[in-house]
Amino acid sequence: MQPSFNCRRPASLIDLGAGEQGILDRIELPEEISRRLMELGFVPGSRITAALSAPGGDPRVFRVDGSEIALRRETALHLKLRPEAAGGD
Amino acid sequence: MGHCDGCPAARALEVPRATRTIALIGPPNSGKTTLFNRLTGLRQKVANYPGVTVEQHVGQARLDGGREVTLVDLPGVYSLTPRSEDEQVARDVLEGRMPGSPRPDAVLLILDSTNLGRHLMLAAPVLALGLPTMIVLNMADDLRARGGEVDAEALSRQLGAPVALASAMRGEGLEPVFRFVAEHSAPPAPVELPVLHDVPKCRAWAARMGKRAQYQPPAPPVWTRRLDAVFLHPVFGPLIFAAVVVTVFQAMFSWARPMMNMVQAFVAWSGAQVAALLPASPLRSLFIDGVWNGVGAVLVFLPQILLLFLFIGILEDSGYLARAALIADRTMARVGLQGKSFIPLLSAYACAVPAILATRTIENKRDRIATILIAPLMTCSARLPVYTLIIAAFLPERPLFGPLLGTRAAAMLGLYLLGFLAAFGTARVLKSSILKSEPASFVLEMPPYRRPTLESLGLRLLDRSKVFLRRAGTVILGVAVALWVLAHVPMIHGAAPPIEQSVAGTIGRAVEPVIRPLGFNWKIGVGLITSVAAREVIVSTLGTIYGMEPDAKSLGLQQALRHDLTLGGAAALLVFFAFAMQCMSTVAVVRRETGGWKWPLVQFAYMTALAYAGAFAANHIVMKLVA
Repeated sequence: MQPSFNCRRPASLIDLGAGEQGILDRIELPEEISRRLMELGFVPGSRITAALSAPGGDPRVFRVDGSEIALRRETALHLKLRPEAAGGD
Repeated sequence: MGHCDGCPAARALEVPRATRTIALIGPPNSGKTTLFNRLTGLRQKVANYPGVTVEQHVGQARLDGGREVTLVDLPGVYSLTPRSEDEQVARDVLEGRMPGSPRPDAVLLILDSTNLGRHLMLAAPVLALGLPTMIVLNMADDLRARGGEVDAEALSRQLGAPVALASAMRGEGLEPVFRFVAEHSAPPAPVELPVLHDVPKCRAWAARMGKRAQYQPPAPPVWTRRLDAVFLHPVFGPLIFAAVVVTVFQAMFSWARPMMNMVQAFVAWSGAQVAALLPASPLRSLFIDGVWNGVGAVLVFLPQILLLFLFIGILEDSGYLARAALIADRTMARVGLQGKSFIPLLSAYACAVPAILATRTIENKRDRIATILIAPLMTCSARLPVYTLIIAAFLPERPLFGPLLGTRAAAMLGLYLLGFLAAFGTARVLKSSILKSEPASFVLEMPPYRRPTLESLGLRLLDRSKVFLRRAGTVILGVAVALWVLAHVPMIHGAAPPIEQSVAGTIGRAVEPVIRPLGFNWKIGVGLITSVAAREVIVSTLGTIYGMEPDAKSLGLQQALRHDLTLGGAAALLVFFAFAMQCMSTVAVVRRETGGWKWPLVQFAYMTALAYAGAFAANHIVMKLVA
């Protein structure tokens, strides 16, 4: 599976459909929140898989570093993916 | 403290000395509390750290030879960088800077062995403290079952501290942990540690440590994936969620009812038995009418609350609570709250006290305070007798939608809706002003599903009922005695005066000018005062005042009320009870859970103002409509 990219903006976690993977590039959020996310495994360079979501698609569960973390769309939007490495297995 | 295992002289002397204190620390979902329960059993107590909302769990572990060790269960944290209240408390306790909490002699660091890559990050700041530390790699059974591996010996060499591979839930591999708890051990050997405030460096360090200990992460939890495919299914997920909600409701309102009736009957029966033994005197009246009935009014809610906590316990321990929070999140987000507020608010339909205790699962402090502040606006079961009485007295039963919905049921539903709207409206205001969350702060970890153990459910029930009985019971006891005195003083020839001549009557008359715009007379005023103890008390007070059988279904009481209260006043009374914080148990629990008087006072003032304004509006609107 290949995530569909909007060419205008860098891909973020919200562009991953269920089962798709991507490599995290950076977190564009205030220091405090990005630290929390990094402590939960969202470290730049890590591989993230989108999993199931709540009905309606928000929030969505992401698999990272052996655990499953649910993020709201408004948060996932700011976790940018590495363009060249993004894609499914 | 000395090395004197089996040293009889030391025990015989019974020299009072400070016991050894050991702190338990670990990330959320590491099984830290399960291990704490294993080590301490029933010998534990919960309090709040001074001035903060963080709970202090302290327990005693009894070791061979009768020695006792104090264990402190710190809040679950991902790091020791003090940003949240939890991290600040954990850090302060570990560094010995928490008032009333001595610096621990040693630390047990509990990590989930199935998630070591991430959990090992916490080892860096903990080892850097320089306290003797043992690292417990928990959930070893799960790691093994899912084909993962780790060399505990090698990890111990890497970290310069003892490492135990254990399963707290099954009680496996705990011997080294008990030994560590009992004996003095050396501080960790100096090892290579990363720059602590650089998370990616810490993560890389943790990965390196894991690699050198031949850490083989386990295969993904197959059963969790399978269950999630059902519980988070776009169609079945919400259906199962709805079924869970209906079951919890059913339990609170139907299954708990026979037990509540039994408690009520027992309180009445035992009160009568005791009364028969005492000579007729003001003291007997104080004991029976004040203390016994006052405490009984609270005790009657215990079955409902226990059942509720049993359900919440199963939901939380099994891992479903996180899924329920995920499903509820979008709806709750509309008013600025989050998915984890859902279950506490659902519980508030039974009683605000367990609801407020259930907010402990919400890590985000602002969301937790907001949930605590709105919970008492949900229609709790103590409001039902009041609603039943007033509706029965003033609203003739007529079919509205054929046989399905009558006027009385519609009025009751309307009151539920009123409380719901007030709660969510308030949440919206709070969350867009003083309790606004930082953007993008909602993060929800989905733990693997686990089978809840009877032991952990039992301990949880015990803990919650202790809190409920102690907080609610003692407050109600005091308020019940005070109200009895108000209603029985000044005595006339050693007997209680007619209620209008008592202090309560005097206060009722004094507040009459204030409540007259609401359509209430002084008798309702007395009822409002006594119902501060618990809402349903107004029914028995009005019964006493009107000399009628104090029961919501009493026709005499209904007639007396119709005589004294206009239709506007009746509507105003219903609205007043929907909004007012007429419940001292709730005030006491909010004070405890928020760590101070600020929030309960804000809440009491806000709800009273809302009740007054709402009742005023209801009275005037209804009177206009009638005229």
